[in-house]
Order: sequence, then C-alpha cells, then structure tokens
Amino acid sequence: MSNMDEVGFDSSAAVDGGESFEAVVVGGGPGGAAAAAVLAENGVETLVLERGVEAGSKNVSGGLLYAEESAPYTLDGLFPGFRDEATERPVTRNYMDNLADGKVHTVDLGGVHHHDTEWCDSVLRRPMDSWVAERVHERTVEAGGGLLTGVRVNGLLREGGEIVGVTCDELDPIRADLIVAADGVNSELARDAGLMDWDEPEEWFQGVKAVVDVPPEEVNDRFGIDDDEGVARLFAGDLFEGVRGGGFLYTNRDSLSIGTVFHLDSLAAERAEPQELLDALLTHPHLGQWLPDEYDEYDEREYSAKLVPDSKKVAHPSPHEGRLLLVGDAAGQMQAQGPIIKGMNHAVSAGGLAAEAYIEARNRRQPESAGERYERRLHDSGLYGKLRPRRYEALGRFGEREVVADAVDDLAGSRLGRLGVRIAGGVVERAFNSPFLLGALPDTRTAYATVPRVLAEELGEPVRGDNDADPPSLEERIGDLTYDTDVGNPHIELMDNSFEASGTAVTACPVSAEGFGGGCYREETVRANGDEERVVSLDTQPCVECGTCAVVADTEWTHPRGGKGVDFRQG
Amino acid sequence: MHTVVMTKGVPDFREGKVAFDEDGHLERGNTPTVMNPNDEHALRAALQTRVRHGGRVSVMSMGPPGYEDVLQEAMESVYADDCYLVSDKQFAAADTWATAITLATAIEHLGEPDLVFAGFKTADGETGHTGPQTCWGLDIPIVTHVVALDIDPEERTLRAKRLVEGDIEEIETVETSLPAFVVADPEFEPSYRTARHRLERKRLREEARERAADIDEHVTYWDHEELNLDPDYVGLDGSPTIVSSVDPIPRAPAEREATEVDPTDPEALGEVVEELTPHAGGD
Repeated sequence: MSNMDEVGFDSSAAVDGGESFEAVVVGGGPGGAAAAAVLAENGVETLVLERGVEAGSKNVSGGLLYAEESAPYTLDGLFPGFRDEATERPVTRNYMDNLADGKVHTVDLGGVHHHDTEWCDSVLRRPMDSWVAERVHERTVEAGGGLLTGVRVNGLLREGGEIVGVTCDELDPIRADLIVAADGVNSELARDAGLMDWDEPEEWFQGVKAVVDVPPEEVNDRFGIDDDEGVARLFAGDLFEGVRGGGFLYTNRDSLSIGTVFHLDSLAAERAEPQELLDALLTHPHLGQWLPDEYDEYDEREYSAKLVPDSKKVAHPSPHEGRLLLVGDAAGQMQAQGPIIKGMNHAVSAGGLAAEAYIEARNRRQPESAGERYERRLHDSGLYGKLRPRRYEALGRFGEREVVADAVDDLAGSRLGRLGVRIAGGVVERAFNSPFLLGALPDTRTAYATVPRVLAEELGEPVRGDNDADPPSLEERIGDLTYDTDVGNPHIELMDNSFEASGTAVTACPVSAEGFGGGCYREETVRANGDEERVVSLDTQPCVECGTCAVVADTEWTHPRGGKGVDFRQG
Repeated sequence: MHTVVMTKGVPDFREGKVAFDEDGHLERGNTPTVMNPNDEHALRAALQTRVRHGGRVSVMSMGPPGYEDVLQEAMESVYADDCYLVSDKQFAAADTWATAITLATAIEHLGEPDLVFAGFKTADGETGHTGPQTCWGLDIPIVTHVVALDIDPEERTLRAKRLVEGDIEEIETVETSLPAFVVADPEFEPSYRTARHRLERKRLREEARERAADIDEHVTYWDHEELNLDPDYVGLDGSPTIVSSVDPIPRAPAEREATEVDPTDPEALGEVVEELTPHAGGD
C-alpha cells in the first residue's frame, strides 16, 4: 500500500475544519523568530511553522548581520546571549577592492559600515537560525504554542473570501487571528495573497556563495586580526565580465564566506554562469593572500545560492492583507545600500513591529486593524525610508534610463572622467562612505563596473601574489550538497520548454550550466519530423531552491514539501 | 490511558553482524542483540496513542539482564515513561506458551493497562504466537494486523482498520471495547496531522531523550518471586513445545561475484546504474 493516509482515520481537526492558534508564524528565520518572540512574550498563543528539517536548513545569506542603532528590534536584544552563541565574528573592518588590469584600488568603507551600526557580525544561517529557533520554541511553548520543523505551509485558508488561516502539506488546515508570513523571498503566502509576483528580473539580485574551510588561527593570521575581530571585503571591477554586481568575502570563526551578488537581469542578459563568475573571484590573484595555499588544500564546505529582492524597487509599501502580515524577504525588505546589503536586520525589526501591531490591535479589540498598524509602524520607525529612499525614486530611477545610463557611463570612462578620478581620489572614497549618496545610486554598470575599473586603472597598485585555490567543479559542488529527494513530487513544472521561453534558466540557474548535463536545467536538441529543436529539460534533484528559474523561465515553482529538498549545513 | 508495549531482543540478522559456528548454528554470544524490527510498528502505534490521548507508556520485555540496550532503543522510539524487564534464570528456554504466561502475569502485575501492543512476529522465532497467547492469558479482545487506530477514551472503545490478506488485500474496520490487545501490522503508519499532536510528540521526545540517557533508573526488574510464578510453569519446564530438529541457517556463499567500483568515477557509476535499472520499479 503506497498511501496509508487513505486508510487512516480522519483526525478530529480535519473533521472540525481545522485546529486554531491565536497566531501562526510561517518561517523560522530572523523575521519569523522576532515576531514569534514578541508575540509569545505578550502571551499570544503562537505556532511557528518551519519548512526545513531544522531552522536555517533552507536559508542562505551573504553573511553579515547588522544591528542598527536606530532599529526598533535586534536579535541580541530579543535573545540574550545571541552574539556569543549564534554568530561568527564581529566585523570590525570593511573594505572595497576595485580590481582591473592587474591592479587593485582599495577603499575603506569604515564610514558607511559603522554608520548607525550598533554591531555587525558575520553569520552562517544554519547554526544561527537553529540556535534562535530553540529559544523561540521554548518561549512559544510557554505561551501555549511552539515551533515545528518539517512543515510546509502551502497557501492561505480562506472563508468567504477572507483569509482565516493557512493550509499545509503535512498538517490539517490551521486557523489563526494573525498570520505572519516570514516565509522568505519565494513566499508562497505573499503570492497567494497577490502581494508578490515573479515577473521582473531587474527586481532581483542573485547571490552565490562558497563557504571555504580555514582554521581559526589561519583566519587570524591571514587577515591580521584577533578572535574577536573580523573583516569584510567587497570586490568590483573587471573580473565579472561586465555583469552588474560584485563579490564579497567575510571572515567566520573557522571559515570564509566568499560569494557574488549580481542583478538578475544582467546575469540573464549576458547569459552569464553564476558559478563561473564566483570562480573568477575565487581564483583571482588578489584573493590568493587569504585563501588556503598550496600546502593546505582548498576545501569548500558548501556551495549555495539565494535570490534577493531589491527593496528600492519591490519593498511592498503595504505588506498586509486581512489577517496576513508579511515580514522580511517575503515583503521585499532587503536593502542594498550601495555595496552593503542589509536584510536580516530589517526582517527582525519588521517581525517585531508586526507583533507589536497585532498586540495593540487586539488590546483595542480591533484585531482586524493589525495590518494598518503594522504599515504605520514601518513608516514611523524609519524602516521604510531606508528600504525605499525617496532620493532613489528621484535620482536613481532617472539614472537607470538607458540613454542617461549610457551617457554617464561614457563620461565615467572618458579621459575627462579619468582625470576627475585622479584629481579627486579622496572625494570618491567619501562618496562610497556616504549612506545618503549610496541610497540614490542608480543600478547601472557605471557604479558596479566602470567606476571601480577606472579607479583601479588610474589609482590602483599592482596586484601581487599567487592564487593556488582550486575550486571544485559544479558537478562536485552539487555532489556535496545534502539533498532529500522527493520522488514523484516535483516542485517545479516547466510550462514552456522552448529555448526562447526557458533557455535562460540553463545559464542563470546556479546548479546548471551550458554543456553540463547533471544540473537542474539543461539544453537539449530534439529531432522531430526532420527538424531540430532546442528545448530545455528539467531535473529538480540538485535544486538549491533559490527560485531564479521562476523569474527567468516559464515555470510553475513551489517549495518542496517540508524537510524535502536541499538541506544546507552552513547557509 | 495506560499503554504497554511488548518488545523482544533478537539477534541482529543484518549481514556482517550475525555469527555462526562451524555447523552453521547461530552463535548468540557473538551476535549483537537488537530490538525485534517488527516491534517498531507496535511502538509507533503506542506512541500515536500516547500523543493523542496522553497517559503513560510502559515497555515490557522478557530476557536476560543486559537487555538494557533493547529497552533503551524502545524508550527512544516510543518515548516510554518506564520499562519492565522480566528476567530470571527460571524463565530461560521458554517457548511461546511459557513466555506468554509469564508476560501476561507481568502485565497484570502492572495493574490493568488499557491497551497492550505487540509486533507482528519476531525476527528469530517467527511464530507470531506470543502476542495472541499473551492476550489469551489476559482474557481481553485482540485485533491483529492493525494499520490504523482510533480510540475513544470516554466511550472506552477502539476502532481499528486491519489488513486482511487473501487473494486480494482488503482493509476492514472493526470496533471493540477497552482494554484491548493490538498487534500492529508492518503497514501501520502513524498519522500526526495536527500541530498540537506534533508539538506533543516533540515534547515527549525531548523528555524521553533525557530519560534514555540514564536508562537504568527507569527499568524495573521482575523475577518469578516478584510475579508469584510457579517455576514448574515457566521456562523450559513450563514449555510444552518439543523441538524435533534444528536446521542450520544456510550460509551465504563464501565467494560472490563482486566488482569493485571507484565511487569517484562517473563512468563506473554509470555502469552500476545500468546494471540496477532493470531491477528498479519493484520488479
């Protein structure tokens, strides 16, 4: 017998039309954890549902968690001992290396890094989220709920058109007065409510990351730091084939997080392979000074990928619908402040504010007003101003128009522009450290490629040293991923397999590549009636669940069932 | 609700674990003892009952001292509250009849449990007698081959779906009163479709993990005196079964055809897949 559900007895909840909790929080990441903690502290019976086998197993971040002085909530404020137990290193220095033509020009980003920063730690999501989730479980149990892993919430439960709860793969429907969707960038709840669409590649970044094993004393030695110090380095210039984006390197306790973040529309337009761009960074001579050398073998602990919303364009101004409140990535709350990305901290603030809003609404006996109260708090706290700066609407959007972008780019790369850079080198450094200017920066190749290139060429020092790193092939990276297959339940359906409609997935997918047959998407030539046709085929087994293909190809994309699919150990 | 689960330690029959003497007889002393694999289903059924209706779960086994590993395994899978090991030299070499008399007495000694669960036959004897015979000793209703359970503690009734194997497999639903004896079928799949049940299961797991780490504190040992059993009616003396002969277990051929495959060689792995493909799909 293959399906014992059919022979089991209906649970009482199914017979009664669902069990109920006062609040259901979907997702055990920082946003969901903050919301649940604040709800539970206020005696709200809260159920947290996490899709992964453990909180953090479905999550990836570049790896820097900022706590802002102006933030209403921080994780160490909510969970005492957080920084000692759950983070990697305090990041005390932040630099940007502009690379071109064998030269490097380094800008100290200390100004913008420390601006409004109470602390900034490097983090790995699996250990961080699972530590936080244990505390969340303890607190929510006290309030009559708890945290469950391995449960995928797949949609909203509606009654007469009103949202009244959630539906799950593994559980009978659950009713709640408050539903917090903290289910990440590929939020199925936000989509179900019509608050998110997939359509535009320019609204997204795609990040790809390798966690490289380095013993703690080597980290200290190579970066000239103590155990309680850490370094962030960002990379831009000519090593990414003109794709708009850059690289990063963060020191963890005993590893390095090295990755790249690119505008998805640029990756798609250039038909660039994300893993090749990551390798271009990993094998660049400039990186050799920090990576294991020929005596200690280069060892990658994990290869991972994530889609990141660009809050300047997509942060939802009104992230709620009825009883449903969106927080974090699900609401597009990820801020790219020039080269510095802040997301998790905003999710924490939003989670706390959503909980506050509900508690106030309930105390005033107007639970239906929680969404509006949450929206007001997002604006009043200043969070929304950071996510969607008005000056970007005024300047940035204008600068992204093709004619303007080309003109600016030509100017920056011209002799006049180069002369300006030489004369005003210090001004450039100040500009990079201005949160105000960074918030207005247009997303064009000028900022990501041309200016860094000109800076390196005009002001840079020659890159010295060798790089002996030998990153694994894509095949080896996929082979090292832990993956719980879900035979018979594909979570992606290819709606149009023509190369025109879905071919970009072959290159943009971080676990697929042109000319590689073992990835998620591959290109094939099919002969029919004497004609040859290029089509795209799909095998979801090595899928890292980033959701890229849902944007660049014609697919029906959902998350795998609870606990199934990729299981990140680092994150 | 008080639930008792019967479990037995059996030789670990997995390849490489089991030791034979020169005549092909099992060497128990050199073969590790593990929990009877079929008891897993009984344990799962008991856990589902405990999660849904609360109360207490006791695990009971008969065997020599040193069975703690088996009880620990059982405690970890069913999150049992306590374990009972019925252990006495007088019980040695008992057949299923004498074992059932001993266990039924021990279960009665516990009080009157609402439910007793047993697995579907053991991996060593494979008679499938001990459960039903124990039930006969207890004089309560029995439901065998159970694949799904629904209990109404207030009405003191049990509904069960049981697998009936004939020309075609059939599922029938039966109802009986508590206390009752349930033999779980290997097809039994517990179902936890509500969040509260899953939270309860998680709570029990966390508690049981602590208990299992200190298993000795949670095992009660009973001998024939404690159970007030006449030595003439237990163990070998109380066993009517006469063993006419014992056949050695056929040994695996000493040499099998084997090809070593380099796990890093994709071409070699491809050949393995090709070899296996015709056997996939349950054929």
